[in-house]
Amino acid sequence: MKFEGTKDYVATDDLRIAVNAAITLERPLLIKGEPGTGKTVLAEEMSKALDAELITWHIKSTTKAQQGLYEYDAVSRLRDSQLGDERVNDISNYIERGKLWESFEREKRPVLLIDEIDKADIEFPNDLLLELDRMEFFVYETGETIKAAQRPIVVITSNNEKELPDAFLRRCFFHYINFPDEETMKQIIAVHFPDLKGRLIQEALNVFYEIRDVPGLKKKPSTSELLDWLKLLLVEDISPENLKERDPSKLIPPLHGALLKNEQDVHLFERLAFLARRERN
Amino acid sequence: MFVNFFHELKSANVPVSLREYLTLLEAMDKKVIEDKVEDFYYLSRSALVKDERNLDKFDRVFSHVFKGLDSLEEGDIAQIPEEWLKSLTEKFLTDEEKAQIEALGGWEKIMEELQKRLEEQEKRHEGGNKWIGTGGTSPYGADGYNPEGVRIGQKEGRHGKAVKVWDKREYKNLDDGVEIGTRNIKMALRRLRRFARHGQPTELDLDDTIKSTAHQGYLDIKMVPERKNKINVLIFFDIGGSMDSHIKLCEELFSAARTEFKNMEYFYFHNCLYEHVWKDNKRRHQERMDTWDVLHKYPSDYKVIFVGDATMSPYEITYAGGSVEHWNEEPGAIWLERIQQIYESAIWLNPVAERHWEYTPSIQVIEQVFQDRMFPLTLEGLDNAMKELSRAS
Repeated sequence: MKFEGTKDYVATDDLRIAVNAAITLERPLLIKGEPGTGKTVLAEEMSKALDAELITWHIKSTTKAQQGLYEYDAVSRLRDSQLGDERVNDISNYIERGKLWESFEREKRPVLLIDEIDKADIEFPNDLLLELDRMEFFVYETGETIKAAQRPIVVITSNNEKELPDAFLRRCFFHYINFPDEETMKQIIAVHFPDLKGRLIQEALNVFYEIRDVPGLKKKPSTSELLDWLKLLLVEDISPENLKERDPSKLIPPLHGALLKNEQDVHLFERLAFLARRERN
Repeated sequence: MFVNFFHELKSANVPVSLREYLTLLEAMDKKVIEDKVEDFYYLSRSALVKDERNLDKFDRVFSHVFKGLDSLEEGDIAQIPEEWLKSLTEKFLTDEEKAQIEALGGWEKIMEELQKRLEEQEKRHEGGNKWIGTGGTSPYGADGYNPEGVRIGQKEGRHGKAVKVWDKREYKNLDDGVEIGTRNIKMALRRLRRFARHGQPTELDLDDTIKSTAHQGYLDIKMVPERKNKINVLIFFDIGGSMDSHIKLCEELFSAARTEFKNMEYFYFHNCLYEHVWKDNKRRHQERMDTWDVLHKYPSDYKVIFVGDATMSPYEITYAGGSVEHWNEEPGAIWLERIQQIYESAIWLNPVAERHWEYTPSIQVIEQVFQDRMFPLTLEGLDNAMKELSRAS
């Protein structure tokens, strides 16, 4: 099993090596990076490229580690016992399998995505240490040990809202998705819009990186926003000349709504445009 | 294997453990990568570094260890490239070119020659940062025109990729000692918030009670600590004068702090705390508050944070009448001590870089008054400060 990127996803050398190391050594791969640089998409593309099933576990602030293993539905058992249901005698009827259990059961090695692990409680990663290390856990209610048939390929993403514990980090491979440089960005665009005119790409990229370089922006536009913006440019049929126009009164790029998501940022831009105009006069 | 590298990382304060080192060796053993330095760099980075803040440190160590800038001895130089170049030759040279090497007297001959030149060059540049020149017509070095030229330290031939990946230091701005922004400050301040969630169980946990009752078969009441953010913070900002250059940093701290705590009160002071503080800097002479009133109003469970560069004349702290703006009846140090008597946890955040502290006597005085609870206004410092604050009570 080797990951080489897919036709829809441009994997840089360092990313490829990190992914392959994680696959070969059967360790979890921890992915961090700016929002919108394709952390979650990576897992999807890995599952496509490796022809493995993708099992996604989205983490929220209320998610508990136990929910990934299994949950014991005590309330419905209580109800069933009141109703005299036969099912009540077998406790395993009330064990609901979590995503981790699901991924342990697969015959073929699946990709397990634990998305945005930093959203959960601070203790969450620690609670999963042993399970991810040994790929087995114990079900207290039934007294059975669940062991992975095939160690799943585990991909974990984090937006850095919380620090992850050292013991957890030590068990992972880590990759920080850096913001792509202009060359890589061109490749990414070529993958998504193969028929885009070369000149338009160049002009759009210039505008895009100029915007990213404006100091003081609250939220810098990211790859996914660039792709959205390009889509809009295509739909609206904006010509490269339009983008190239450096008329100060039009300093705000067309359809900027796709790139700037914050009204303060738009204001900042308008102010800069105003200043530029005044300088000309 | 690479033990030296491992130790260098350790001593550069990159948190690496034996386990990660073994993981790296295991990956090498299983041939995850081909024999390329870049690949090895990526692999070791992925296996050993777990936090983007450490990437820059890692890059520096990697560059230092594997480039052999200062520490590599002459004998080593001759050994390392030989292995290394051989694999490179296999990658880059065509059969025809290999035949030409044979014509030149074979691989050994060339290596011998190379070694000689390496030694010469070593003498010419003292600790030079390139093993061998670029752009020449010698068979050794990068960008050469000689058909059997051996490319050293270059990945993609003549694409001008002169700088090694690890030498670019792309992750410089992620190093946590360096710079902080609002978001980072929030992250650090959250440490305090999390602590605030602990405490005595005072609330009924309905879900857990139902679950536990169903489990046990009898009514089993479960309590949890209140989850509200109960932390109270009192912040004093130094304003004006020598603080002007740090204003931006402080504003960021201020805006971040505002959203992180429910009860946060702030006051301004100038240089050192005296008998008056104020809330609106424009009207500082009209709307002043008595510091005693402030100390009486806010109970002792408030956490007190001072933000200031503590850079002034030592007299401003230790003598009555030392203030530059008005006649103060009591020295600033007394006020600072009062604060510490009333409030269990009080700290001082200083935007001045820690390495400069020892040159400013007033910083040392205040550090002493605060019993070493002065922290630099870096992410790391802020983190330690929050740890200190949440330690008490």
